[in-house]
Amino acid sequence: MADVDKIMVEHIAKLARLNLSEKEIEGYTNDLISILEMANIINNINTDDVKETIGANIKYNVFRKDEIKNFENRELLLQNAPSQDEGMFRIPKVIN
Amino acid sequence: MHNEGKESDNMELYEYTVHELVEMLEKGETTSEEITKSYFKRIKEKDPEIKAYISTMEESAIEKAKEVDEARRAGKNVGKLAGIPIGIKDNICITGTRTTCSSKMLENFVSPYNATVIEKLNDEGLIYLGKTNLDEFAMGSSTENSAFFTTSNPWDLDRVPGGSSGGSAAVVSADLAPWSLGSDTGGSIRQPASLCGIVGLKPTYGLVSRYGLVAYASSLDQIGPLTKDVTDCAILLNLIAGHDEKDSTSMDLEKKDYTKSLVNDVKGMKIGLPKEYISEGVSEEVKNAILEVAKKYEELGASVEECSLDIVKYALPVYYIIADAEASSNLGRFDGIRYGYRSEKFDDLKDIYKNSRSEGFGPEVKRRILLGTYVLSSGYYDAYYKKAQKVRTVIKNAYDELFKKYDLLLTPTSPTTAFKIGEKCNNPVEMYLADICTVPVNIAGLPGMSIPYKLDSNGLPIGIQLIGKAFDEETIFRAGYTLEQNIGFRKDNKPTFKKG
Repeated sequence: MADVDKIMVEHIAKLARLNLSEKEIEGYTNDLISILEMANIINNINTDDVKETIGANIKYNVFRKDEIKNFENRELLLQNAPSQDEGMFRIPKVIN
Repeated sequence: MHNEGKESDNMELYEYTVHELVEMLEKGETTSEEITKSYFKRIKEKDPEIKAYISTMEESAIEKAKEVDEARRAGKNVGKLAGIPIGIKDNICITGTRTTCSSKMLENFVSPYNATVIEKLNDEGLIYLGKTNLDEFAMGSSTENSAFFTTSNPWDLDRVPGGSSGGSAAVVSADLAPWSLGSDTGGSIRQPASLCGIVGLKPTYGLVSRYGLVAYASSLDQIGPLTKDVTDCAILLNLIAGHDEKDSTSMDLEKKDYTKSLVNDVKGMKIGLPKEYISEGVSEEVKNAILEVAKKYEELGASVEECSLDIVKYALPVYYIIADAEASSNLGRFDGIRYGYRSEKFDDLKDIYKNSRSEGFGPEVKRRILLGTYVLSSGYYDAYYKKAQKVRTVIKNAYDELFKKYDLLLTPTSPTTAFKIGEKCNNPVEMYLADICTVPVNIAGLPGMSIPYKLDSNGLPIGIQLIGKAFDEETIFRAGYTLEQNIGFRKDNKPTFKKG
């Protein structure tokens, strides 16, 4: 079990693509410590021969034919884009 | 079941249950337009007090109601439920309307398609009154995490309605909708139903399609009904249940008619009363209420036996590890590119991601993304996520064992009645404890229903929870209906809209 500290919170915030202020880092560090403290009791239970639950119900794989279906409502899809141009999502230049 | 005689003469249309309204429509005693207008009048009067709707759809609703009335008058083949209004939690997509998830991130998001449950309601001709408030992205137990406003409990405006489907529960409780849809990941239908004194059902995982429900934790989320009584709950489940090829976790099962289970008889039914559910942390009044209900079931011919489910104490940590892990992955899609909030401050693509997410998500959503990212990150995955998935199996097995002996389990829905707005805001762990009685059901993928039983000494509703075997909603409906018929909660109690 790792100890969560401010450096760890900064690291996971980076992984999660979140900017956190100094104050937020401190707050979330304390929150995560107390949540994980509660969570650590799961280590009291022996799970040596137990398989993980992958989904809530026992299911086989579901396959379907690999068929192309057109989404008809393109206008409504694009309407939600913060920035668009000629039917495409517009983003800042990626390669200099 | 029916309000007879002079009492009903004074009743407003918005006070009736859906099955009563259906009867009135059939007899030609009212019209969909009258019903719909009655609701909007009520919404204008009472919604400013409880703030349960994020958006309303008056114009389209009345137009649709007139169409249905016209078709019915013309003798066209319209379904029994055509023209009945409904409220929808604002994380379920309706084409061409906003779906905000109570988040700044989706404040202006217009759904490009219908959720499958909405397609099903459209087929029956139901009418949308509006979208209801929730904790941001369904993460919370009080609606206080909504980025827009907190909804009040109609029984006491200073208290929370529960969450995350707090808006959906409050509108039904306050007669601002005859019924509504919510979603339940760790108790988000049942806990607010309990706190608002109405019926709420989380169906078995896989019974209702999740297509078009904005994902929080995909292995736990289910859409379900919030209703004034058990009969309406069965009717609404009939409408939304069923396999959907767009949700590969929805099960392909024979269609059932849940209203056939509305039988006032529990003779011979075996009910287990897990003692861990009525121990530490559960208020005396709630505990006593459960024991009273147990006694009532015995009087009605069921056998009730105390049993043990000591594994249940692991459910809350398992829930917060699994749900947050899935949330951190699901919410990765919000990047400010294709839809949702985009920050105005950016130089490059990475800035768009980081600034949009940092400005668009609220504090609780960030907290869960951080925890989820942590338990999935290299070095901690085995210790937390994998371990939690294993404990999940142990919890499921423990329920399976109990269901070899019992048809149903009886527990509280919430350890306490509605708490004060602001009371648990600053302590996430304390807030998480509000879900302690409901999360085990999601972990195990089982169905659970909350039914209002009585009021506590502060005049706040106490709900009881019935937990059934997977895909055995019928037994829950039968036991729930029987209890309801023998206690008459709704007949005797109405929300007061008092303050404090």
